[in-house]
Amino acid sequence: MLILTFSQMQFMLLFSRQGKLRLQKWYVPLSDKERKKISRDLVQTILARKPKMCSFLEWRDLKIVYKRYASLYFCCAVEDQDNELITLEIIHRYVELLDKYFGSVCELDIIFNFEKAYFILDEFLLGGEPQETSKKNVLKAIEQADLLQEVKLCFHL
Amino acid sequence: MPAVSKGDGMRGLAVFISDIRNCKSKEAEIKRINKELANIRSKFKGDKALDGYSKKKYVCKLLFIFLLGHDIDFGHMEAVNLLSSNKYTEKQIGYLFISVLVNSNSELIRLINNAIKNDLSSRNPTFMCLALHCIANVGSREMAEAFAGEIPRILVAGDTMDSVKQSAALCLLRLYKTSPDLVMMGEWTSRVVHLLNDQHMIVSSASTDLQDYTYYFVPAPWLSCKLLRLLQCYPPPEDGAVKGRLVECLETILNKAQEPPKSKKVQHSNAKNAILFEAISLIIHYDSEPNLLVRACNQLGQFLQHRETNLRYLALESMCTLASSEFSHEAVKTHIETVINALKTERDVSVRQRAADLLYAMCDRSNAKQIVAEMLSYLETADYSIREEMVLKVAILAEKYAVDYSWYVDTILNLIRIAGDYVSEEVWYRVIQIVINRDDVQGYAAKTVFEALQAPACHENMVKVGGYILGEFGNLIAGDPRSSPLVQFNLLHSKFHLCSVPTRALLLSAYIKFINLFPETKATIQEVLRCDSQIRNSDVELQQRAVEYLKLSSIASTDVLATVLEEMPPFPERESSILAKLKKKKGPGAVSVTELEDNKREGGELNGASERGPEMAAVAASNASTPSPSADLLGIRSAAPIGGALTSAGSLLVDVFSEAAPTASSAAVNDDGFLSAAPSSEDPAAPLSDADELLNKYGGALQNLTLKLPVTINKFFQPTEMTSHDFFQRWKQLSQPQQEAQKIFKANNSMDTEVLKAKMYRLTLRCSKDSVSKRLCDLLAEQF
Repeated sequence: MLILTFSQMQFMLLFSRQGKLRLQKWYVPLSDKERKKISRDLVQTILARKPKMCSFLEWRDLKIVYKRYASLYFCCAVEDQDNELITLEIIHRYVELLDKYFGSVCELDIIFNFEKAYFILDEFLLGGEPQETSKKNVLKAIEQADLLQEVKLCFHL
Repeated sequence: MPAVSKGDGMRGLAVFISDIRNCKSKEAEIKRINKELANIRSKFKGDKALDGYSKKKYVCKLLFIFLLGHDIDFGHMEAVNLLSSNKYTEKQIGYLFISVLVNSNSELIRLINNAIKNDLSSRNPTFMCLALHCIANVGSREMAEAFAGEIPRILVAGDTMDSVKQSAALCLLRLYKTSPDLVMMGEWTSRVVHLLNDQHMIVSSASTDLQDYTYYFVPAPWLSCKLLRLLQCYPPPEDGAVKGRLVECLETILNKAQEPPKSKKVQHSNAKNAILFEAISLIIHYDSEPNLLVRACNQLGQFLQHRETNLRYLALESMCTLASSEFSHEAVKTHIETVINALKTERDVSVRQRAADLLYAMCDRSNAKQIVAEMLSYLETADYSIREEMVLKVAILAEKYAVDYSWYVDTILNLIRIAGDYVSEEVWYRVIQIVINRDDVQGYAAKTVFEALQAPACHENMVKVGGYILGEFGNLIAGDPRSSPLVQFNLLHSKFHLCSVPTRALLLSAYIKFINLFPETKATIQEVLRCDSQIRNSDVELQQRAVEYLKLSSIASTDVLATVLEEMPPFPERESSILAKLKKKKGPGAVSVTELEDNKREGGELNGASERGPEMAAVAASNASTPSPSADLLGIRSAAPIGGALTSAGSLLVDVFSEAAPTASSAAVNDDGFLSAAPSSEDPAAPLSDADELLNKYGGALQNLTLKLPVTINKFFQPTEMTSHDFFQRWKQLSQPQQEAQKIFKANNSMDTEVLKAKMYRLTLRCSKDSVSKRLCDLLAEQF
């Protein structure tokens, strides 16, 4: 049926060059133990790769698409049929969003505002699929969410 | 720049994170974390109820600690409580926590689902979205069970906001993917499908500017890719006009790829090429437009030499699928040199691997030798993780395209030499089967294996193969003093102590075969069998073999020994287990494209193979003149193609009729007297020809049949119906005295005197062959 063959991002991991996980978003139900094992193994595999190598590799029965931005690796696992190049651009779009939000984003922003990184990702991807591909609209939605917080904060005082 | 977060500060969290980062050692970090955990625990257990803000802060801290890699065993309840808060940020943190920390506690799940349900029915779009996100991202079975019914309703409800609809649609999609049985589309289907189309409605929403959806000068790349993907779920359109437009569209995409880029940024080319690759996938899926397929192939060919590694990788991958299409297979082959070059020079192992896969896919009779040679040389330095698969592939190709079986034997032995550890049993069993079944390669195999065994460090699998082959066919090279029987034995035995138990067992069997083949080695070998390390070996199998073989060699006469240790009979033809193993390894979907192609070419698809049995047989028979490598060993039958589950490979039945039922045809005599298989053309009075001559003619055309003895000749009677007129006409023709035999006899069995009113029988027989009449008469008389 038509829906079944659509792309499926299984997870997205962000990690530093020392292998520290900065964000992990899972789009498939897996136990905590499985997640830990996958993260550990995959991070090792990616860190072992050299700079000029291509952005795609086959790992277990998945396709891994990854790219390094400064000190952070952005790594997505997609299924065999999925379009690798568009996944690369999903990563790039996410980085753009972070960049716009934090203003010249760097790893520290993501460390200190990890929950925001998740929220921004959730505005962009839902169940692993881009739900809004207009950068403007996503940023607007995030702004609105922030406003909600501020409104509440006022009352809190 | 490190900023204190916008909006809601949560200063306590920022301080905590700073503390952790300032820890100089792992121990310090753990200490700090434990301190915090204790603090949070006490706050949660505390007497006074925590306010929302504090709860949120502490739950967030727990989340952070968890993400650092430490286990959290409390806080779930508090997180679930946050879900029911009315404050957006608190709810948000609650949802984040529960979607990151998986919990299978059923009580918690119940509470979570409750909270979600409340949010879904809250009519507050932001809350609804949070809930939908959670369901979509977690996507567990429990959630599907709880909400699969609710979401379609939200999706089609008139008063649902667009943003919520979007989330609901994607949520439904997720649930359908993971638990299709739970998502009852039913009444919602048509409305949902309509809306799903609407989801990508960007352009239809009048207020939106298309500019917003242009990504680095590429218009709506995600949408384009999705649409192209969607089309791959359907067969090509039947309507000519629609198909025409689609083809035009694809051609446009291919044309645009040739245009100069609008931007130097890699994002631009990635987005553009993402669409291109998806379009190529669609073209491959349709597999019906030769022009498009060849153009796609050419485009990919250009990418094969692109500066960017990513594009080279993707081109290799895409070409693999193209190789299996009959329209583009030849076009793909033209790139063989580039691909071989990639195999040799690419620095990235993933790219090299794609090149190897492509070589396998594009392999056919014309380039098999070259490709196998390249793959073997690649194997010498290949990554260990891919060796087993490479070995299987080389073995499959070598067998499939072997015209000269000594090449096949060489290839397999090379495989063992280069990657012995990864040569599974299926592979070396197969080479033995083939050598046993083919006389013409046995001597060569014995010689080659003998030479291979001389290498100082030789893989155990080589010893296995060598032991077996020398045991069976060592006699073929025993004449040469360099490979005399004793030399062969010593060579094998020199490896004996280095081998594992199963190999030693095999060697022992080879030794007893030697005793049979070469009586002069008997004493030496018996000496070996007799020693304690054999007959008192701690392994039961080895001990048993040594003892029994020793005894057998002592008490059996040469005849008995020769009978027991007779040469192995040919193995029955069966489907190669190597292919099955490769399929299992790669997963069910990844049938080798060469197999697919073969089946396609020979007129059967993998799924339909069994139904097309008779047609396959016809095709197989017509291929008899060019024996395929897996041809029947007698050379008569063509074997079933690899991968097809055929019930019968066509057989030729050589019918020799000496007489046939008479017809009313004229008395024209067939000059060679041979009566073809079609009964209508025979002449009843034709003289019987020589049997040899008969065998050589079939259907009027001369055939050469190589038969292995014994040939069984059958003779049988077939009754035929005749009118009395025909019968007596025939009777009159057999008028020569020696053609008739008569017998008058008393009945052996009781006669029914009521009916017959006689006491004796008279049986008269006429037959074209005199001796037959007499014989038959005697035989039949006994029956009465």
